[in-house]
Order: sequence, then C-alpha cells, then structure tokens
Amino acid sequence: MGLTDLLSTVLLIAGGFFFLAGTLGLLRFPDVYTRLHALTKADNVGLGLMVIGLALQAESLAVVGKLILIWFLVLLAGASVANLIANKALRNGISLWKQ
Amino acid sequence: MTLLAWLFDILLGLGLLWLGWRLLSSPDLFKAIVLFIAFGLLMALAWVRLDAPDVALAEAAIGAGLTGALLLAALARLSSMESGKDATVQAEKAWLKSPASWFPAIIMLLLASGLGYTILSLAPYAAGLSPEVAANLDSSGVINPVTAVLLNFRGYDTLLEMVVLLLALLGVWSIGGAAEPHEGKPGPVLDFLTRLLTPLLILVAAYLLWVGAHAPGGAFQAGSVLAAAGVLLLLAGWCLPPRLMALPLRLVLVAGPCAFIAMAALTLLIQGQLLEFPPAQAGILILVLETVAMFSIGATLAALFLGGRPQHKETP
Amino acid sequence: MSSVFFYALVGVGLFTLGLHALIVQTHLLRKILALNVMGSGVFLVLIALARRSGETAPDPVPHAMVITGIVVAVSATALALTLLLKLAAATGRAELPDEQQDSH
Repeated sequence: MGLTDLLSTVLLIAGGFFFLAGTLGLLRFPDVYTRLHALTKADNVGLGLMVIGLALQAESLAVVGKLILIWFLVLLAGASVANLIANKALRNGISLWKQ
Repeated sequence: MTLLAWLFDILLGLGLLWLGWRLLSSPDLFKAIVLFIAFGLLMALAWVRLDAPDVALAEAAIGAGLTGALLLAALARLSSMESGKDATVQAEKAWLKSPASWFPAIIMLLLASGLGYTILSLAPYAAGLSPEVAANLDSSGVINPVTAVLLNFRGYDTLLEMVVLLLALLGVWSIGGAAEPHEGKPGPVLDFLTRLLTPLLILVAAYLLWVGAHAPGGAFQAGSVLAAAGVLLLLAGWCLPPRLMALPLRLVLVAGPCAFIAMAALTLLIQGQLLEFPPAQAGILILVLETVAMFSIGATLAALFLGGRPQHKETP
Repeated sequence: MSSVFFYALVGVGLFTLGLHALIVQTHLLRKILALNVMGSGVFLVLIALARRSGETAPDPVPHAMVITGIVVAVSATALALTLLLKLAAATGRAELPDEQQDSH
C-alpha cells in the first residue's frame, strides 16, 4: 500500500471511531440535549476525517470540491436540525438533565 | 469476493432485515417512521453495493426522504386529530395470543421458502438485456445506459409513470380537500436554512439533470431534489403567490405528461413508431423531455406533500 | 452462493415480513409502512438479479423499472395517506371497521 492509501485508511478508521463515539453517546446519554450534542459534534468531526481520507483517493479536484461541499452541507443541516429539535424539546417542556 | 466485502454485505443484509422487522413491530409510530427513514438510507447503501447508483440517488431522495416527510406529516395530522386519546398505538401482538393466529406466520414462512428456493434455482450468470442496450447505446443519444432505457428504449413506461404521478395528485386533490395553511412564521434557524439551501438545491437539480446523460443522474433524481426544495419551502411557511397558484401551477404540473404525449404523437406521425427518436436528434430530444419532466415531477411531489388543493385566498 | 443471491434472499425476507405485517397489523399507517417495506423487498430482488451479469455492466432495464417503481410507490403512499387522514377524520379511528363487531 502506498503512503496515500495508508493515510486514507488511518483517516477513515479514525472517522469511523468518531461515529462510533457519537452513536454510543446517542445510546447512553441521559437526555435529548446531551444526545444532540454528542451526535452533532462527533458525527461532524467523523465525517470531516472521512472526507479528508476520501479526498486523498480522489481522481480530480472537482471530486474533492464535491466531497467538501457534502461535508459543509451535512454540517449545516446537522447544526440547524439539532437547534430545531432542541427548541421544540424545550417548548414541549423536556427539562435538562441535572446530575 | 474478498472477505471484507462479504462481511460488509452480510452486515448490510442482516441490518436491513433487522431494521425492517423492528420498524414493523415498533409500538411507537413516530419511532417506526424514523426507523423507516434509516431503512431507506440503508437501502440506498445496498443499491450502491449492487452497482445501481441511479437507483441509490432516487431511493435516498424519494424513498427515504420524501416518503419519510409524507409519513411524518400524516402522523402529525393524525395525532392532532386524535389528541385526547392515547396517540401511541400499540403494535398488534395478536400473533402471539392464540395458535390460530400463528397461521399467517406459517404461511409467510412457506411463502418465503418457496420464493427463496425459486431464486436460488436461477442461473448464477445471466447477462439479461445488458448486451442489447450496450449495442444500441450509440443510437440512443446518451451515454448513461439507465437514462437511455428510461427515456428512449422504454420511454413508453416513463410516459405512463408521469401520468400515474398526475393521477395520484388528482386523487389527493379530490379526496383531501383544501390544504390547511401553515400558521406562524419560521424561526431564524429554519429561515436561514431555507434561504441558503433552496438556491443550492435548484443548482444541484440542474446539475443532476445535465449529468444524467453520461453519469448517474437524470430527470427523476433532479425532480426529487426540486421537490425537496419545495418541501423545505412549505415547511418554512412559504406558499406560492396567489397569482401563480391557479393556472401556472397547473400548467407546470401537466407539462411533463403533455410533453411526453406530444413527443409520442410526433414520433408516431413522423417516424411511424411510438416514441422512436431519430438517432441524430435523440440527445437533444431527451434533454428537452427530461427538463420538462424534472419541473413536473418536482412540482407534483411537492404538491403531494402539501396534501390538499392549495388555497386561492385573497390577502385582505 | 454469491453476494447477489444473498441480497435477493434479503429481498424475499423483507417482502414476507412486510406481507405478514400488512395482514396482521390493524392500524392503517402501519399497513402503509408494511406496503413500502414489501416494495423495497421486491426492488432488492430485481436489482440483485440484474447484477448477475458478472464482470460486465449490470442489466439497466431492471434499474429503470425500479426507479419507476420508487416514484410510483411514493405517489401511491401519498394517496394512501390522504385516504387514511380522510377516514380518520370521518370515523375518529385510523383503523378499518372490524366486520365481526358490526351487528347487521
């Protein structure tokens, strides 16, 4: 395996690890707000690492541009939807988890 | 087949089966619909794994996204109707209650074994119609074989599909009555998201339409992206200006089927064959048909999400 | 058994799961979900069997059929949901009336 292949593999596995962490947070955290936090933070970083790993394998700069656009859109959608869900949860009266 | 690819396929297949079972037996309807959306996304992954990128695009946009939005909107309206009663409906556990109701499960097992045996007894290698399509691809006007089949070789099916879409919308408009107007202005986050995403979605739809001639894409995928933009606008409380709601909307909705029917009539008169394009002009004809179809499909799918006839209310 | 047949068998499994849920469940929204799962199972069988072409490109005709099928499925789902909402508004329940309970 060449150097780029090795680097891609490391980055993809690291991204996968972040996704795993985010999913663990989704399953184990106590209330809606902490789960949203875990999901958006971990999944965005995970996707960013995966995008970099895939960009190393891309054939042209256009493909790299599209990958970065995908990451940006997922970032935007994730953040906005997390805000909307948290707002709705607050209005529905779900209280924050206290230790 | 490498071990890793096999492992991925097994995990994906078992994941699909498990998700399907969980979503059908989940006691909470909201959870069932969210699981259904995840199920659709896993299906898109399966399509990619089976070398069907066009189908993956269509499934992710329509099968997972739009169907999920339709189901969630219906659930919201259902819950608001049944408010006061218990909104979460318990899944039928009747099949556990008595031996007589094991009967459907046993029949299903027999059916599954029969179908499975039939599938396993099929030939492991079958080229299908792939050589014929590849041989005639030059005269079809496009390079993407799926687009060639959809718009040229089996254009008749696509004509009927556009009519089916229109008929479904007619059904929804006749039965559903008038659509309830959305109350309240959107918050700043949804407003910003909509303003940012709608032009981008229109651009992506145009790109998918153009690239469908030589790469995965095409009119249906582009139309579904337009429909997604329409659904986003509807959720943000935007509605068409009243002047555009009566005739222009209906013109856009019927433009797709009418373009196909007109093209069919033209080819019948000039060539003597239904929907047989002359090879020299096939490319441009397909592009024209796809563009009109994209607008029609987008408008129809977004109108299906609205769930009723748009109101022609005069603003006071 | 190659992976193609494995996906086809998964499709058969999804179809029978959906059919069982369609028969057994009484809530109409669940029946609509079951119909969609059945459709997905059928599409999976079609596309998996189209992949049997080995090294050459897969058969594009089932791909076109499945894209058509996905669009038709969403329009049918939209119509079914409208019918469901109308029924629920008229009768107050999102289930079909039980024949044994009606006294004629």
